[in-house]
Amino acid sequence: MINKTFDSIAAAVEGIADGSVIMVGGFGTAGMPSELVDGVIAGGARDLTIISNNAGNGDLGLAALLKAGSVRKVICSFPRQSDSYVFDELYRAGKVELEVVPQGNLAERIRAAGSGIGAFFSPTGYGTLLAEGKETRVIDGVNYVLEMPLHADVALIKAYKGDRWGNLVYRKAARNFGPIMAMAAKTAIAQVNEIVELGALDPEHIITPGIFVQRVVAVSCAAAPSSAKAV
Amino acid sequence: MTAMKKLSRNEMAQRVAEDIAEGSYVNLGIGVPTLVANYLGDKEVFLHSENGVLGMGPSPAAGEEDDDLINAGKQHVTLLTGGAFFHHADSFSMMRGGHIDIAVLGAFQVSVKGDLANWHTGAEGSIPAVGGAMDLATGARQVFVMMDHLTKTGESKLVPECTYPLTGIACVSRIYTDLAILDVTSEGLKVREIVADITFEALQELSGVPLIG
Repeated sequence: MINKTFDSIAAAVEGIADGSVIMVGGFGTAGMPSELVDGVIAGGARDLTIISNNAGNGDLGLAALLKAGSVRKVICSFPRQSDSYVFDELYRAGKVELEVVPQGNLAERIRAAGSGIGAFFSPTGYGTLLAEGKETRVIDGVNYVLEMPLHADVALIKAYKGDRWGNLVYRKAARNFGPIMAMAAKTAIAQVNEIVELGALDPEHIITPGIFVQRVVAVSCAAAPSSAKAV
Repeated sequence: MTAMKKLSRNEMAQRVAEDIAEGSYVNLGIGVPTLVANYLGDKEVFLHSENGVLGMGPSPAAGEEDDDLINAGKQHVTLLTGGAFFHHADSFSMMRGGHIDIAVLGAFQVSVKGDLANWHTGAEGSIPAVGGAMDLATGARQVFVMMDHLTKTGESKLVPECTYPLTGIACVSRIYTDLAILDVTSEGLKVREIVADITFEALQELSGVPLIG
């Protein structure tokens, strides 16, 4: 019997090596898999490259991982936020590298990796600082920049419900990077509010099919908001 | 500069909203552009949020906030009946693929050719953060810029060439300032309407580029 579910966060994140490339889902705190990130901190992996939209909020999740000194490089679209003080301080002290990527290119580079695309031409960023040094091409009169896929060793994502085959559904705008990061990583680890019986998720509504997910763990979090009844 | 009557940010937002047709798919950038949503009235306009929301509604009532339902500025929002959620690659396909009719963005500078600078001052020690600005600037069918005509120190934000790092090249369609509404044309910036208590000559005097009346 195939069972991708794990009993604890610690077991779900076991085996993450030093120097790993880790994708972390979420847009701000919506969809941020904070408990999995805490598990990585506890696991002690160092010298990590993090691919995420932001670079941590407050002192939780990704910010805590940065604070622990475990991160060598961050690849993201929007590091600077009102509460990104942990990243800001490390960056200004030269203790973390930063690669800023336009958000759509970030998403498409992740999707490309998961889809087996070798590279792609994007119009976004042409003629700007963020395209400096990159190959360009004119196609049908439009200027494009060659963008490379972003692969990862591990993706940490947050979904709403999952089953033992790794099928996932998400909740509202917390979906964001989850589906594409799951595709792009060798090991996709999903924390879910609830693990349900096989068959409980309507096949027409499954957003991430289990083929893209290797590990699922339920997080005993505070009760979902009352509006969480419908998926 | 003498005190003149010019548009407030809310009045600018109202003016932009008047030019958005029912049925448009629209992305409102972070900051002042989000005010436009307050002036769309009964028109059915589909508001897109880069984090995977189409059919975004107004702020929730106190106590109804849902941390899984936010906009690009990470503020709580609601979903209209008929709205949809989707992942990030689909969300940016909507922009890059030319499916978004109008993006309304703020700006530091717009050049006479419609180049946009709005993501980074390039100042020493500032942390670059681009988010979805470049994707919107390049991908939306029309880019409307909403900005003050002048900087706080009185310099024109309409410039011959942007001195701040670019967001996109020749991507701006129309500019709404507190003084005027201008179209970017192949001949240069054409004044559609003067919205402040000011003559064309005085507007030209304040602007850093030649204007077409």
